[in-house]
Amino acid sequence: MIRILLPQHLRTLAHVGVEVTLDVAEPATQRSVLDALEARYPMLCGTIRDHATQQRRPFLRFFACEEDLSFESQDAPLPTAVVSGAEPLIIIGAIAGG
Amino acid sequence: MSQVRVLVGTRKGAFILTSDGKRQNWEVSGPHFAGWEIYHLKGSPADPNRLYASQSTSWFGQLIQRSSDGGKTWEAVGNKFAYDGVPGTHQWYDGTPHPWEFKRVWHLEPSLTDPDSVYAGIEDAALFQSTDGGMNWQELSGLRGHGSGPRWQPGAGGMCLHTIILDRSNPQRIFIAISAAGAFRTDDGGKTWLPINRGLYSKYIPDPTAEVGHCVHHVAMHPARPGVLFMQKHWDVMRSDNAGDSWQEVSGDLPTDFGFVIDVHAHEPETIYVVPIKSDSEHFVPDGKLRVFRSRTGGNEWEPLTKGLPQSNCYVNVLRDAMAVDSLDQCGVYFGTSGGQVYASADAGDSWSPIVRDLPGVLSVEVQTLA
Repeated sequence: MIRILLPQHLRTLAHVGVEVTLDVAEPATQRSVLDALEARYPMLCGTIRDHATQQRRPFLRFFACEEDLSFESQDAPLPTAVVSGAEPLIIIGAIAGG
Repeated sequence: MSQVRVLVGTRKGAFILTSDGKRQNWEVSGPHFAGWEIYHLKGSPADPNRLYASQSTSWFGQLIQRSSDGGKTWEAVGNKFAYDGVPGTHQWYDGTPHPWEFKRVWHLEPSLTDPDSVYAGIEDAALFQSTDGGMNWQELSGLRGHGSGPRWQPGAGGMCLHTIILDRSNPQRIFIAISAAGAFRTDDGGKTWLPINRGLYSKYIPDPTAEVGHCVHHVAMHPARPGVLFMQKHWDVMRSDNAGDSWQEVSGDLPTDFGFVIDVHAHEPETIYVVPIKSDSEHFVPDGKLRVFRSRTGGNEWEPLTKGLPQSNCYVNVLRDAMAVDSLDQCGVYFGTSGGQVYASADAGDSWSPIVRDLPGVLSVEVQTLA
């Protein structure tokens, strides 16, 4: 079971709480987790990955286990602690200010 | 008794303002989609409870929302806008080729007859249609495939298709406008398109009378006279009496002919409204006075409408989709400002009062007149 933390606007859009849990076949990767997330919550399609390129939207980052996974290959296995459910995969929107 | 529903898109959400036919007391609901930019929302003429909204942010991209109960509840529908075939290039600001890239939906135009059919005008400029209530979108690629497409260039606000006008008397005819390509017309339901920019003069482009390249800000039409079009161009207010085949300037005695909005009275096809803006480098009303200008002669002769509007220290803008009219016997006129005010006139512009004063900056205003 993989735990995902979504930013507030996407929680509102998907009508979910802070944390979403998904069963994803191993080896779990960013791509397979996002595929499963979009299959469960179709309204999230295009909001995390661009429809056309399937690349992470530029104002979002992926974190887990206190590491920035945003620039890892989408097909790289996620950390063991994420796969086991001990740690969440965190999707964070850029904090713009000034 | 009649009701009026005003649909307001802002930089931080949508608001729905409702009143009875007197248009004195208003109920405000919202923000819907709080925190998101709502470029446009509009109701279906065929089913007033069916609304469509364009919701976007730089973080999460584009969403389309649909309501089937007049805006009480919403559901996200399809948001995949894939250009037909290999998109190719248009011109970038410096004149170099730049690939067509989807950015956002500027305008949603529901069909006049089918609540599940709706058009979307997008940036980078293209026209899309859904025939299943917004679930799936297909490009009407004959427009972008017009031979001039590679020469289109963005305006300062992006290369957006912002105006879509359907002709009740001829379902095969659609008018659209793009900043900064110009206006186009199809007479075959969107398969082929004709640039309709003859008579426009834009001194800021290399060929001021070019077939395309004009920064058209908005176009309006009275439904009973589909051959007559009114245009607010970057500079110049224009009219056409032959469905866009040619245009004449009707700026007349306006204090400045720069602006964004233009609209037509619901019952008087020669009565039109604009809000002059100081200049293309100073996007606010001139002299600190918020004035709607009305022409009862289809242009050239204009009168300032000021009663109830701030006449000092006012420096707001009114964007291209932020004016609308209702169709009650005494025509109501509505507009929203960059300062978050939505003003209403229940007497065709003679007097105004704010419905709300402190919304986020207003991007669009549409009105539904409900039986």
